Amino acid sequence: MPKEEMIAMLLAGGKGTRLGVLTRNIAKPAVPFGAEYRLIDFPLSNCSNSGITTVGVLTQYKPLILNSYIGSGSSWDLDRHNGGVTVLPPYVKEGGGSWYKGTADAIYQNIEFIDIHDPEYVLVLSGDHIYKMDYSEMLNYHKNKNADVTIGVLEVPWEETHRFGIMNTNQDQKIIEFQEKPKNAKNNLASMGIYIFNWEYLKKYLKAEAEANDDSAGDFGHDIIPQMMADQLNFYAFTFKDYWKDVGTVESYWQAHMDLLGENPELDLQDRNWIIYSVNPNRPPQYLSEDAVVDNSMINKGTQIMGTVKNSVLFFGVKVARNAVVENSVILPNTRISSGAKIKNSIVGRNVIIEKDSQIGIENEDQDLKITVIGDDEVIPEASNIKAGMVVG
Amino acid sequence: MTPIYKKGGASMNNVMAIINNALDESFLDKLTGHRSLASVPFGARYRLIDFPLSNLVNSGITNVGLLLQTKYRSLMDHIGFGKAWDLDRKRNGLFILPPAHIYQANRAYKGDLQNFASNIDYIKRSTQEYVIIDSPNVVANIDYRDAFKYHLENENDITIIYRELNVFRRDTTYTVINTDDNDRIIDMKVNPKKNYYKKISMQKYIMKKDLLLDIIDDCISKGEWDFIKNAIIGNLDNLKIYGYPFHSYAAVINSINGYYKSNLELLKPTVWQDLFLKNGPIYTKPKDEAPTAYKNGVNAKNILTANGCLIKGEVKNSVLFRGVKIHPGATIKNSIIMQKSVIGANAYLENVILDKGVQITADKSLKGDTNLPMIISKNTIV
Repeated sequence: MPKEEMIAMLLAGGKGTRLGVLTRNIAKPAVPFGAEYRLIDFPLSNCSNSGITTVGVLTQYKPLILNSYIGSGSSWDLDRHNGGVTVLPPYVKEGGGSWYKGTADAIYQNIEFIDIHDPEYVLVLSGDHIYKMDYSEMLNYHKNKNADVTIGVLEVPWEETHRFGIMNTNQDQKIIEFQEKPKNAKNNLASMGIYIFNWEYLKKYLKAEAEANDDSAGDFGHDIIPQMMADQLNFYAFTFKDYWKDVGTVESYWQAHMDLLGENPELDLQDRNWIIYSVNPNRPPQYLSEDAVVDNSMINKGTQIMGTVKNSVLFFGVKVARNAVVENSVILPNTRISSGAKIKNSIVGRNVIIEKDSQIGIENEDQDLKITVIGDDEVIPEASNIKAGMVVG
Repeated sequence: MTPIYKKGGASMNNVMAIINNALDESFLDKLTGHRSLASVPFGARYRLIDFPLSNLVNSGITNVGLLLQTKYRSLMDHIGFGKAWDLDRKRNGLFILPPAHIYQANRAYKGDLQNFASNIDYIKRSTQEYVIIDSPNVVANIDYRDAFKYHLENENDITIIYRELNVFRRDTTYTVINTDDNDRIIDMKVNPKKNYYKKISMQKYIMKKDLLLDIIDDCISKGEWDFIKNAIIGNLDNLKIYGYPFHSYAAVINSINGYYKSNLELLKPTVWQDLFLKNGPIYTKPKDEAPTAYKNGVNAKNILTANGCLIKGEVKNSVLFRGVKIHPGATIKNSIIMQKSVIGANAYLENVILDKGVQITADKSLKGDTNLPMIISKNTIV
């Protein structure tokens, strides 16, 4: 196979524990997002739009839906004779096999795959962030700086620095210190979990780590990067200035959807110059009836709206009956909301049936915003009352 | 596409299809000025060809030939290699059948049998025993297996799918048929001015491939070049030609008025359900448009909308195609707005068909008649 400049390795094995019932049956990168997409569409589309045509997707937790979703990769124009998308689950080798212990271990166990493509650089990505980024710009930066490792960073509010891996940089953007979730941060540049490595170095460190330490968690943040820093490799920070969201919790998942609404959303999904591709299920056009009331919402095809939808995001195949009201909510695919039902500040899973006159997230003891979550395939019986903040499923 | 499972459905492994695009399409006026009838946009996210093509693959047919005549660039762009219909195959699949006879520059076009004759090798080489001749301008969701089963059981030479209409649209003519009590076709007339019969042909014909080849040879040798008038009507007496009634929703697009009304008719839930939720899905070329965004202050009622639209104004009783932008204060009623058209602030549109990429500047007002909608050509700036 011809030598490639850069290939991407996409870490998609995460369970996404904090998303609770939303990841009960699927890996976090397969979680639906933005009325049409799944989280993994963002890094895969970014790769495709950046001209990266070889992508290894490292899967582990509940990979069934993710595997069938990725398929041949044709949805992202990544069905290629050379490269394209390859799904890489853990496998058994001569000396036995093991699960991916951590992010770096997942790459370590697939050294063979990367060596087939013989790249100069390896781009390591997470499968669970929402953003539009041109990785080719980051690669140019990496080459111009003559870096060994470049880490994608973004400025976060100072009061949130304790939640992130923080990069302390000099004036040239060279990283001089790395602090994992510091109490007293010296900088507010947080790692986005996006790395470009010179493959030659990365391979050396991955092998050394695996050989030296059987109990190693095999994690980039804990093991590989500190070791590389200690050895004085050239680390640079590439600052990303656009919208980026880690939808790690129910609250941030809900908020990221609300961010799509309003007059000028920060993340413009309708931008035809940077299309976010998806498997794009074939559905009929959306239908709004004579009685429909729709305001400030994002609605996908295959929906039938006969009731009221405000400040909400509706995935394909959702049906909102007459006199039903959906407000400030995210409704996942193929869910049916019957007449008289009222839903507020909620996330409702796939294939849910909400029967007549049910109230979801309406009754709230105090005035704090509490997100109500209904898991996939639930049936909410007639006239139920699910209080704000409850989780069903 | 894996055929939609149908218990007891006839196997279609032995059936091929030819979609005849060599039809007169001038009745659609400006809409077919730069495209063929088959690629005229319909129903918010489709082209007319999507309906017969999806029906065929949903019924289990995997060998489909497209006879082409003129202005087929947009059709080719839409169909590609047939991937959206799973017709990009190693065996069978989609075959583009171009009008080779147009290179005989000094001879006038004689009729659509010339298109069949130009591609006779494809028809001969196909391994299937039966063929369905289909038309691009019929909007319906049909399972051909029922009609094919009837064709076999009744030992017909030719089966024509028809629908009975109680009301004919204004300014629209149809190919009408008359049948006896056993559904044998005893008379058939192409676009008569007078409404002789209530049964209209849905322009879907089932027969043996060898019979088709014989009929083509026979007609051409007698200097007859019209598929319906010569190959079908000319054989009503010699062959067992029977009708198969179709009872669900069907619209034959045969006039501007019919095109306009059929689009708006999709807003009726019964029609919408018949067309989109029965039998199999209607496939089309995917465009990866983002979901449609409705902004603060919109007033949208009784509409059918594709993805990628940005709606800030008022829209009622209308069909919006992909990527339409409606600015604040604009009002749209009873209209068909095609892909990527932009309606400026405070503009007013009623009974209008906007072709693709039309820009209506702010404050403009356009009004057509219910029976004669105003058509604005592709990429016009008003």
